[in-house]
Amino acid sequence: MLSFDGLVAVAVLYVAGLFGVAFWAEKRAGEGKARWLQSPVTYTLSLSIYTTAWTFYGAVGSAARSGLEFITIYLGPTLVFIGWFWILRKLVRIGRTQRITSIADMISSRYGKSGGLAAIVTILMVIGATPYIALQMQSVTLSFSAFVSPNSGREMDDALMAIWVAGGLALFTIVFGTRSLDVNERHPGLVSAIALEAVVKLFALIAVGVFVVWGMADGPMDMLERIEASPLATISSNGARWVGLTLLSGAAILCLPRMFQVLVVENSDERHLATAAWAFPFYMLLISIFVVPIAVIGLQEMPVGANPDLFVLTLPLSQGRDILALFVFLGGFSAATSMVIVAALALATMLSNHIIMPVWLRATRHDDPMSGDMRRVALMARRFSILGIMALGLAYYRLSGGTEALAAMGLIAFLGVAQVLPALAGGLFWRGATRLGAGAGILTGFAVWAWLLLLPNALADGALQDVLTLGPMGVQWLRPNSFLGTAGTDPLLTAMVLSLGLNTVVFIVVSLASFPSPLERLQGAQFVNVFDYTHAPSGWQAAQGTADDLLIMARRILGAGRAARLFGQAARAQGRDSDMPEPTPDFLERLERELAGSVGAATAHAMVGQITGGAGVSVQDLLAVADETAQIMEYSSKLEAQSAELARTAARLREVNQKLTELSVQKDAFLSQISHELRTPMTSIRAFSEILMQSDGLDDAGRARFSKIIHDESRRLTRLLDDLLDLSVLENGHVTLNPSEVTLHTVLERALNATSALEESARLQIDCDLDVAADGWIYTDADRLSQVFINLISNAQKYCEADTPRLAIALRETPQFWEVEFADNGAGIPERQRGLIFEKFVRLDGTRPAQGAGLGLAISREIMQRLGGALDYVPSKPGAVFLVRLPKRAARAA
Amino acid sequence: MTNRILLVEDEANILEAITFILSRAGMEVRSHGNGATALEEVKRYAPDLIVLDVMLPNRSGLDILRDLRSDPATEALPVVMLTAKGQAKDRDTALGLGADAYLTKPFSNSEMLEILKHILAERGTGVKGGGAG
Repeated sequence: MLSFDGLVAVAVLYVAGLFGVAFWAEKRAGEGKARWLQSPVTYTLSLSIYTTAWTFYGAVGSAARSGLEFITIYLGPTLVFIGWFWILRKLVRIGRTQRITSIADMISSRYGKSGGLAAIVTILMVIGATPYIALQMQSVTLSFSAFVSPNSGREMDDALMAIWVAGGLALFTIVFGTRSLDVNERHPGLVSAIALEAVVKLFALIAVGVFVVWGMADGPMDMLERIEASPLATISSNGARWVGLTLLSGAAILCLPRMFQVLVVENSDERHLATAAWAFPFYMLLISIFVVPIAVIGLQEMPVGANPDLFVLTLPLSQGRDILALFVFLGGFSAATSMVIVAALALATMLSNHIIMPVWLRATRHDDPMSGDMRRVALMARRFSILGIMALGLAYYRLSGGTEALAAMGLIAFLGVAQVLPALAGGLFWRGATRLGAGAGILTGFAVWAWLLLLPNALADGALQDVLTLGPMGVQWLRPNSFLGTAGTDPLLTAMVLSLGLNTVVFIVVSLASFPSPLERLQGAQFVNVFDYTHAPSGWQAAQGTADDLLIMARRILGAGRAARLFGQAARAQGRDSDMPEPTPDFLERLERELAGSVGAATAHAMVGQITGGAGVSVQDLLAVADETAQIMEYSSKLEAQSAELARTAARLREVNQKLTELSVQKDAFLSQISHELRTPMTSIRAFSEILMQSDGLDDAGRARFSKIIHDESRRLTRLLDDLLDLSVLENGHVTLNPSEVTLHTVLERALNATSALEESARLQIDCDLDVAADGWIYTDADRLSQVFINLISNAQKYCEADTPRLAIALRETPQFWEVEFADNGAGIPERQRGLIFEKFVRLDGTRPAQGAGLGLAISREIMQRLGGALDYVPSKPGAVFLVRLPKRAARAA
Repeated sequence: MTNRILLVEDEANILEAITFILSRAGMEVRSHGNGATALEEVKRYAPDLIVLDVMLPNRSGLDILRDLRSDPATEALPVVMLTAKGQAKDRDTALGLGADAYLTKPFSNSEMLEILKHILAERGTGVKGGGAG
């Protein structure tokens, strides 16, 4: 029989061996020579930390008490691994693309990198794992005592033993779990050590099995008969409990922090999953195949009252097989230590990343921003977290005391960690899941679980006993053992259905009722559709972005000044001399935030990701960016169009307003002019008619003269009204032309005849020899053309101030036009007034008002335009020269 | 004593009518048709009252009125404006510049005569103003 000291020495030697393996593996990995480390076999073996000391020893105990129910603990994970393609592959793919460091990080990342959610999950996981770690410590001390107490007189101090175990495990975890801060959070030394431990525990259990079947029974046939005859055969299985436990263990393998660590974080190649999918269930099959034989033989051979949980160890001991027992001891020790090491590491990562570091950063921000070695702080945080977790486990072990309570903790812990399953699975497959939904669901499930299972089991003897047995404030239906009227049912199943059910319902309802933030939306898309945009499962690159590229991009978006300030500040904060900061994650995050203010979160995230080495820039990202950009562009182009439209409208309005103002001014001036033109002759008419009516002191000659003035002014009024109406008709385009075929001579003769009848005609001599002048047929309104000619002739009659006024009328033919020129021998029209003569009511300075209203030329020009020709003043010649042009094509055109 | 009236008006017929009316009422009327030289005519003739058309060739009657009012020698000289434009703002402008009266064409002969006589009487130079000395 091995002495206690010998046992301790073996254990210490074994641990030293593990250290050696781990060191060697780390060294090989550092040299890039540890290919076997990255093999599917190592990966599968590392997964075996699922089978802890609880299952190593406890499976036999469970079989002895409850028959085949222990199989459910393997059945759930087996189903999950068989369906690896749907869930595990996605989990691993997301883990590598998102650089996930823990289950808490996974949940937090999915829901918009929520720090609060990460902290909640971390706390939940620590609470769930602490009893589990205590359980491992208990199993180690129990196995020690199984060896020692019956034989040596030496008193073993369980507590001291547990402290030694905890201390050793903490040391191992700290040495191999926190050597450096690896971006990928991978630990080759640690993984190789637990892979070795997996082999040890498997062979230890198989060795016991072989010894039991062939050494104690007479081979397999005898064994089967013994099993048939054993009490185990009569234990009927509870269907509901089977389904429940299978689901629970399936959930646990996804949610347990240590499983997540080896399954996702330590995974170096996604393809290893395909191997693990059959190899891990096979491992579990091998490790459980001898459970029932050991339990049956144990029940038959061991004295009544012996602890079935220790049959694995006590059976070989009872047969005097010390070496085999030692091997089993090492197997159980391996199962316990590997679980504790990985669990402590996973929990420490979460604690330091999601609770200690955020708190530390917040606390030190104001005093001394960004100073000190962050890496050192992070590593210290992890080391203290590991020590803290070990201490918690130890404390729980010491406080809980009884073995019964601890054994029950395995499944309870499973259900505790399973509370993140709805949020995890929802996050993987449902884009509508939101941070609020996840947080509310987890907290609800956690609360129900704690009330129904954790508190009654962990604190049943403590201060809460009254509350737990009588109900809070005496409300009986709130008591854990009859919660909502569930008295008499299986407490574990009840708690499972209630906590996970409420958790899921709250998660879905709150998710539907809340809106995801942009980052949540983006992360949600990346998680749910991870396979749409990631490719080969090759290693994940660290940020490769250069500060220069980032600055160029930042300049484009933030403007040169703001970008330079941002980079300068960051560089100074990092303690660098230059203006260029290191593209650290902190800086990238800050840059992303700044950019997001300008271009939106999805765009900023994608831009930074693209420059820093393609991390997470995916089709989905780009789609999100495109959506965002398209929205912004659509919005801004709408705005642009609107503002352009507004500008056009405003310009049009201004133009129209200008025109209206001008028109209004013109109208006022026109009305004023008309008023003047009408009132002037009316003044004479009224004044003279009143004189005539009084008629005193007036001779016949005077009376005749005044009557004539009245008559002339009346005619002037009539003419004026005629002209106004004529002009109005012409200007409005309502004039009706009566074109006919006439010769130019005919029209001109008509005009000459008309003007010769006027009294002014006597003064003016007209030089126009129609006998020699050119002539031609034109198709035009002869009356209107004649009106123009009359106007021009009478203007010369009225206004030519030469001593012997003469008017020369010439007809010419050009390729396109017939031209008729009217040239008098007067002084001509002063240059400054030439532009005005065709305006209405314009009379030249110095002309006598009575001679006309100043509408003649305006009317004439309108007429010529209607006839398709033109009327112009010819400034180059002496005298007043007007040129009438008629298009030839108008001739005979009809 | 005969009142001397200067009539500045470019419409020959209106000129003739007003001259006839005022002469028949016993006033001495001199007419002038050019706005540019109207002020010189005022100095030369020294009228008791001016009948001033607004719309004159070369120079507006309103400009002439402004000059009359800014010259101490003529600032108190009675001025009756004549206009054919008939818009209220023209009337306000004229009165604002210091015109004594404002007649819109066409006007009643007797009304014009009454206004002139009234203004001249107020100034103590009326035809029947013997009482005023």
